[in-house]
Amino acid sequence: MTSHRTGALALLALALILALTRNALPAGLMRPPEWLVWPFADWLNAAFAFCQNDLGLMAVTRFAAAGIAALLDVTGNLFYGKARWPNLGPLPWTTFAITAGALAYRVAGWRLALFAAGTFVWIALMGQWEWAMQTLSVILIAAPVTFVTGLGLGIVAWRFALFERVLNPFLNIAQSLPQFAYMIPVVVFVGVGPKAGAITTIVFALPPMIRMTVLGLKKVPENVVESGLMSGANRWQMLTRVRLPTARNDVLVGVNQVIMQCLAMVVLTSFIGMPGLGQKLLQLMQSLKIGLSFEIGVTIVLIAVTLDRISRAWAEMAPKHFAKGTPWHQRHRVLVIWAILMGVAFALAHLSPWFSQIERSDAFSVAKPIDAAVDILIRLIDPVSQALRWFLITWVLIPFRDGLLWLPFTTVLALVMALGYAAGGARSALVCLGFFGMIAMTGWWDRAMITVYTVIVSVVLAALMGFPLGIWGARAQGRAARVLLVCDTLQTFPSFIYLIPVIMLFGVNDVAVVGAVILFAAVPLVRYTIEGLRGVAPELIEAASMSGADRSQLLWKVQLPMALPTILVGVNQSVMFSLFMVIIAAFIGTQDLGQEMQRALSTTDVGKGLVLGLAVAFMGLMVDHLVTTWSAARTQALGLEPPKRAA
Amino acid sequence: MIHRSLLLSGATLLGLVSAAYAQDSTDPMTIGLHDWSSQIVDSRVVGDILESVGDKVEYVTTDSQAVYESIRLGDVTLETEVWEATFGAAFTAALAKGGIVDVGTMDAVTREEWWFPEWDKEVCPGLPDWKALNDCAKLFATPETGEKGRYLGGPVDWQMHDGDRIDALGMNFTLVNAGSAAALWAEIAAASKDKRPIVVFNWTPNFIDAVYPGEFIEFPAHFDGCEDKPELGVNPKAAFDCGFPGNGYLKKAAWDGMEAKWPKAYAVLQKVNFTNAQLADMAKMVDVDGMEPEDAAKKWLADNEAVWKPWTE
Repeated sequence: MTSHRTGALALLALALILALTRNALPAGLMRPPEWLVWPFADWLNAAFAFCQNDLGLMAVTRFAAAGIAALLDVTGNLFYGKARWPNLGPLPWTTFAITAGALAYRVAGWRLALFAAGTFVWIALMGQWEWAMQTLSVILIAAPVTFVTGLGLGIVAWRFALFERVLNPFLNIAQSLPQFAYMIPVVVFVGVGPKAGAITTIVFALPPMIRMTVLGLKKVPENVVESGLMSGANRWQMLTRVRLPTARNDVLVGVNQVIMQCLAMVVLTSFIGMPGLGQKLLQLMQSLKIGLSFEIGVTIVLIAVTLDRISRAWAEMAPKHFAKGTPWHQRHRVLVIWAILMGVAFALAHLSPWFSQIERSDAFSVAKPIDAAVDILIRLIDPVSQALRWFLITWVLIPFRDGLLWLPFTTVLALVMALGYAAGGARSALVCLGFFGMIAMTGWWDRAMITVYTVIVSVVLAALMGFPLGIWGARAQGRAARVLLVCDTLQTFPSFIYLIPVIMLFGVNDVAVVGAVILFAAVPLVRYTIEGLRGVAPELIEAASMSGADRSQLLWKVQLPMALPTILVGVNQSVMFSLFMVIIAAFIGTQDLGQEMQRALSTTDVGKGLVLGLAVAFMGLMVDHLVTTWSAARTQALGLEPPKRAA
Repeated sequence: MIHRSLLLSGATLLGLVSAAYAQDSTDPMTIGLHDWSSQIVDSRVVGDILESVGDKVEYVTTDSQAVYESIRLGDVTLETEVWEATFGAAFTAALAKGGIVDVGTMDAVTREEWWFPEWDKEVCPGLPDWKALNDCAKLFATPETGEKGRYLGGPVDWQMHDGDRIDALGMNFTLVNAGSAAALWAEIAAASKDKRPIVVFNWTPNFIDAVYPGEFIEFPAHFDGCEDKPELGVNPKAAFDCGFPGNGYLKKAAWDGMEAKWPKAYAVLQKVNFTNAQLADMAKMVDVDGMEPEDAAKKWLADNEAVWKPWTE
């Protein structure tokens, strides 16, 4: 560490000098000069036009999309009665509740069965049936396709190191690219509608699946492999019988991520024609129906939890063994009960339309009390929020933003290099320069700085709230579980819902933007603080207590330092979430990259959208590099196992 | 591309035989839906009318600017609301690229302008005159605009030139752009709670008419050349020294292959024509009465048979 200090300080001094001599600097050092700004967007557009028109790639992508569309038509017909083959649907809502319940019972037991069936009953009673089915008809195609493709690509990447090396940078970028950036090419190459939604979702959910598959396969212990070989397994058997089952836990985390990513895309994909809950949510928000959009948010969370728990339980389920000669109906008891209940459900659906689909006008709603509560809340905290708004804008946000814009771009470059040097020496300094240098070359410097400013303010404020909350939450086991549950819910809850209340509280300005981003930035901070603190070895704590450390000494001298590598993973994710949310916050009104991204989406400017997306991705990747490098150094210094990183 | 030209030539052939006997394709048409109620309801109304003459219709939600690219590519068949001021640019650009046709202008005229809720008048009695507004600028100040009043404009990509107008008329206001229509509505709703004075971008017809009464600011009337001839108007040195045109068009647009593939439907679409009152009525059923757009469309069709029946003949 100390060896890096001199270099970092030198770079810091350079940054200072550049800032202090700002007024005497030539214009080329203030803002990226013309020769440095390359027309990437035009090149990308030319390349896309070439692929689209001359190579006929569009015919290929549209043909592939037609395959997905055919699958979607089947689920579309069964789930909500789209006029397509096999023309059987829509199935009554009761059948879904029964199927989900039976499935959950088979893989987990009563509690999950009640929850899964309850989810579908809630959807039906709230009158959201058709929307939810439109959403599910896409997710239930997108998630398995993602799973199979991701598993396949993961196996190839694990088998061929070269492929992995080529794939890795793409995965890195794909995971930090804001969703809007690749929705634009999808509109051109695939079109609009459910198929576009499905494909965008697949692209978005694929990287974690690939990552976790590779990770899992690499971790398979040597002795397991050897015992497989000794039993005479061939290559295929080795993969399917030995390696994949051993890697099951990591593959499972991948499946879980796929489901979460799919649900995270529900609202965003409605911009390119995905019907269902997301579209309805946007439309309700547009007419300020907060309560009704909240109900939809709850549905999305419930669906996420149901799918997540069922897939998890299914993968963890131990095979059941029956004594020889057990009759068929006993071995398949659940199947038999399911079939009987399904028969009853169809019969009921014939008797009363109520058991087929509950009309919106007959549905229950909790929107009114929610609206009233939001209204009271806003009135109550209005004086506080107005004062807070005034304070933050005049004393924090505007000075910081103007300061960041005041700095010559060379100062910023020197600063990120100094950070890089401090974390990992000359190499890291160059990596950081590379990422931010590319941002300068896109020509969106000022807007990028506004994005940087929003993210820094949000993450710092989120840390001020998240760390204490995490420390408090980690004190007791039960409390930790409850706080983590809140974290999960907040994370799955569609981000768009927060936009309207924050505008109502703070108005269209940066406070509202920061307010919306903080909610997302705080979640990973709280989560990883809790996990890090609770992961500290109990022997260590005991040893420290025995040596007479009091509670605050224990926290500051033992627990926090030991948990730091895990907490840093949280910081990293917090930055990533903030970057994504800042782009979405363009719907409040910002002057950053997100606003331009929104413009690129509405003019279907593929090149511009990708360039802007890459600029955002580079910020994320730079922070990722810094945190990972530093965290690795800390881990080594502490002699710990490297922290588990979510994909 | 080949597909489409084949289709077109086939259609021309058909047209030669006899347009009157041309049958609509049994493929479903795709109607683009956006995120404001009147558009959703009138799209459903048009869809139901087309189904009543035997066509199949499907709906797809799209971005209201990006939809023109989708129409060009044939992914979306028709669009029922092309607003002059907000979507005119995207529509004209798509027309120039080809693949999309203008299916005529409706009776409804659109007005887009600076707007204030009625409670503003209590503190600034001279409204809706723009000079009076300017004199009250301080009332509209916010922390981020300092001494100046804040004017909350629409999203930047609607290209309203509000900043130019503020400069041209020497107004004591700062332009802040909201990121979406929903952001504008949320501001109005929030301001209504404590009757905070605000001035925002707004348009008619929409549901705000029914929920928050207010008026448009009266700027110097719009005239030809206001945008490109600085020497004209109240400020001889600057363009944009006038209000928005009070009567913007509301057009229908369609994929250029629609007429060949669904000639009957195309003929109906040409006759489809809504008025301001009808659009406001549709929006109100959804935004104020809380009906679902599908139900609102059915109700409107049932109540207004005399209006739409002739379009199908």
